[in-house]
Amino acid sequence: MKQLSTKVTSNGHGQDSSYFLGWEEYEKNPYDEIKNPNGMIQMGLAENQLCFDLIESWLAKNPDAASLKRKGQSIFKELALFQDYHGMPEFKKAMAEFMEEIRGNRVTFDPKKIVLAAGSTSANETLMFCLAEPGDAFLLPTPYYPGFDRDLKWRTGAEIVPIHCSSSNGFQITESALQQAYQQAHKLGLKVKGVLVTNPSNPLGTALTRRELNLLVDFITSKNIHLISDEIYSGTMFGFEQFISVMDVLKDKKLENTEVSKRVHVVYSLSKDLGLPGFRVGAIYSNDDMIVSAATKMSSFGLVSSQTQYLLSALLSDKKFTSQYLEENQKRLKSRQKRLVSGLESAGITCLRSNAGLFCWVDMRHLLDTNTFEAELDLWKKIVYNVKLNISPGSSCHCTEPGWFRVCFANMSEDTLDLALKRLKTFVESTDCGRMISRSSHERLKSLRKKTVSNWVFRVSWSDRVPDER
Amino acid sequence: MGILSRKATCNTHGQDSSYFLGWEEYEKNPYDEVKNPDGIIQMGLAENQLSFDLIESWLAKNPEAANFEREGQSIFRELALFQDYHGLPSFKNAMADFMSENRGNRVSFDPKKLVLTAGATSANETLMFCLADPGDAFLLPTPYYPGFDRDLKWRTGVEIVPIQCTSANGFRITKSALEEAYKQAQKLNLKVKGVLITNPSNPLGTTTTRTELNRLLDFVSRKNIHLISDEIYSGTVFTSTGFISVLEVLKEKKLENTDVSKRVHIVYSLSKDLGLPGFRVGVIYSNDDIVVAAATKMSSFGLISSQTQYLLSALLSDKNFTKNYLKENQIRLKNRHDKLVSGLEAVGIECLKSNAGLFCWVDMRHLLRSNTFEAEIELWKKIVYEVKLNISPGSSCHCNEPGWFRVCFANMSEETLKVALIRLKMFVDGPSSTTRSQSEHQRLKTLTKMKVSNWVLRLSFQDREPEER
Repeated sequence: MKQLSTKVTSNGHGQDSSYFLGWEEYEKNPYDEIKNPNGMIQMGLAENQLCFDLIESWLAKNPDAASLKRKGQSIFKELALFQDYHGMPEFKKAMAEFMEEIRGNRVTFDPKKIVLAAGSTSANETLMFCLAEPGDAFLLPTPYYPGFDRDLKWRTGAEIVPIHCSSSNGFQITESALQQAYQQAHKLGLKVKGVLVTNPSNPLGTALTRRELNLLVDFITSKNIHLISDEIYSGTMFGFEQFISVMDVLKDKKLENTEVSKRVHVVYSLSKDLGLPGFRVGAIYSNDDMIVSAATKMSSFGLVSSQTQYLLSALLSDKKFTSQYLEENQKRLKSRQKRLVSGLESAGITCLRSNAGLFCWVDMRHLLDTNTFEAELDLWKKIVYNVKLNISPGSSCHCTEPGWFRVCFANMSEDTLDLALKRLKTFVESTDCGRMISRSSHERLKSLRKKTVSNWVFRVSWSDRVPDER
Repeated sequence: MGILSRKATCNTHGQDSSYFLGWEEYEKNPYDEVKNPDGIIQMGLAENQLSFDLIESWLAKNPEAANFEREGQSIFRELALFQDYHGLPSFKNAMADFMSENRGNRVSFDPKKLVLTAGATSANETLMFCLADPGDAFLLPTPYYPGFDRDLKWRTGVEIVPIQCTSANGFRITKSALEEAYKQAQKLNLKVKGVLITNPSNPLGTTTTRTELNRLLDFVSRKNIHLISDEIYSGTVFTSTGFISVLEVLKEKKLENTDVSKRVHIVYSLSKDLGLPGFRVGVIYSNDDIVVAAATKMSSFGLISSQTQYLLSALLSDKNFTKNYLKENQIRLKNRHDKLVSGLEAVGIECLKSNAGLFCWVDMRHLLRSNTFEAEIELWKKIVYEVKLNISPGSSCHCNEPGWFRVCFANMSEETLKVALIRLKMFVDGPSSTTRSQSEHQRLKTLTKMKVSNWVLRLSFQDREPEER
């Protein structure tokens, strides 16, 4: 008789993908400025290490929060016993207000509709358990975060059907792509329960446009399905545009308190904005009482440590801190992103124009030997093993076009970033030399022109244009 | 089309049971010595509130642990970024050592076989996901912790088939009960994947005997199934006879490194021994590498906050602290247990003789109007609403005999316990409609039956051969 479950013996955890293999290579030979200057530089980890000093300085000024005290009195016992899955009221209130602040206080979040979870990994899985039966499907725009294959599918039995997005329109979600994905699900005999978007997007680093959000809300209305908006990167928006949450759109369309609004759920976490992935703080926000109730009970399987809830409720309740943090975080992210983008440009590499996130979506199509995923993996291996940079190949994010890579910029020092860029430039220059010799002039010109045109089309027509329907 | 999943809309979370309803009543009218002296006293919460001072004093002497410091240096960033599902090495080492210490260092735990989870709730569910497919079954001895209905079944689709235990032999697990449960599962067309026991037992408060453990190992050996031993109360054993872990028995039977040993898994947590349920610290220990690997990946869905891992690795690495804590905790639990037992005896109420846990398994069969679960619920309601004590009725623990209740003793002050006992005394001594309405014959019969069972229990508790029934 089979000893272990099917979940264990199959590969549903998805961790054989290159996304994770690159990490393993890094672990074997990690870069260290002093101890291992020739080691691999980790550019595959979407961490925000830019603003720890702000939190550390707050901690130094507010020692009670970490030492389990309130106004000098020990509340250790109270915290040690607090396991109420409704969560600490002060913490939920502080989270709700922080989420509002990130959205310019244009929308409100009711703390009673927040469900805490041990990270958004837990939040996303819990939502799947609440919304889908095994065999049901959620539509996700590609490219998407590789972890979703595990988080949404592994133990829940739910399926993911991709909404194909392409570089021809800056990877924006189109109506036809949505419809196509829906039909594809049907062809596969799968019941579609909803759409899940990450806004701002991982790995694209772009916030969804108002147009796309409207499209999505209309789509789920007409199909009578759910919309999950994972807004884990909402506090990393650094472009001059404001972050538009799906909640903004519901409000603008006067859909609050309607049936549709009950099918829109937001996921959040402090892992990216505040750079605290170790503390395991995630949240589900839903207007549907039944979901809030079921998810609350399910949160028993992944509650946030009361020690951590207390610390962060103190931190986030300090409005001076949050307002200063959000502003400074934005500045530093913007500056760092610019550094990466210009460094890449000087190596003849362009990125998708981005306004959020902790990474850039980098176009290395011109460095591929052929327009295939095999060539992408070949290039990736060269970059990992020869250039010694761990970056994430687009195929691991289910991108439909070979040649795109996600490169993180917020998880290292400026010096390390500069070194990484130097290594990359050296590599590209050596490759270009090689390629120029092996390819005919005609082909090279053709390919250069094509690249120039696409980027020009991007740059001019990015923000408020009508995306081509393809 | 159903908008929400069946899991979201069904009742398998089990939270409509009386176990939880009693809590709700308490929430509406909680006892407070000063502000609400007539409120409901919570005796349904298995918390250990007896030894916080020991931890608080350690914290006062070791402020670094809570302040993200190591040897005077801030390690805030390191902790803030630490989300490795393999867990903080220093914490796993400390946990492995602590678990060993809890077992008198008679067995050792390899930190590499430990998987950290957000509480035993998460650990148990994760083990189900690893060992069973939807529709498979695990056998559990009754009575058992009501939360298992949710933790083991809800999202996993796994079924629980009870191993019926009775007061006739002190609720010991017998060979025939095991076989019967297995047959019952087959009748229900369920593939049995293993047995799950809680040792020490919740709600019984008794440690599993060596005989039972041998019996269980033989059983899972023969049937080629798993054995999960939830040892969450291992540090609450307060008699010198002590706690025997299934790992010890494996060692004694020279079964270490065999196939059987790969099918034995331990679950642990700091919620009961250390009284830290809010910190969400649970553990799976398995000799099967595949299970460890899978459970480790699954722990992504419920990792322990690195802030908490660091604090507790410092606490548990302090051997002076752990040694003193385990000893003192044991003394205080015994003391409190004895107070409850003698207080109950004084009003003619017996308990199952216990040597562990944070509660007693109390025999109130003689107070039932009839030997039925309806009568049990009736009595329970009286105790909740009239006596104003929230205790847990045996039926919520799937006990197959009406009249047993789990009463907690470690989650309140000594004074509060006294108040509770006084109220109970008033209830029992006072004019009882139950006693009046029963015929003299029936009452004597009940009393005699009760005396014999308890006498049998008392004499034959420790190392006897339990009757096979």
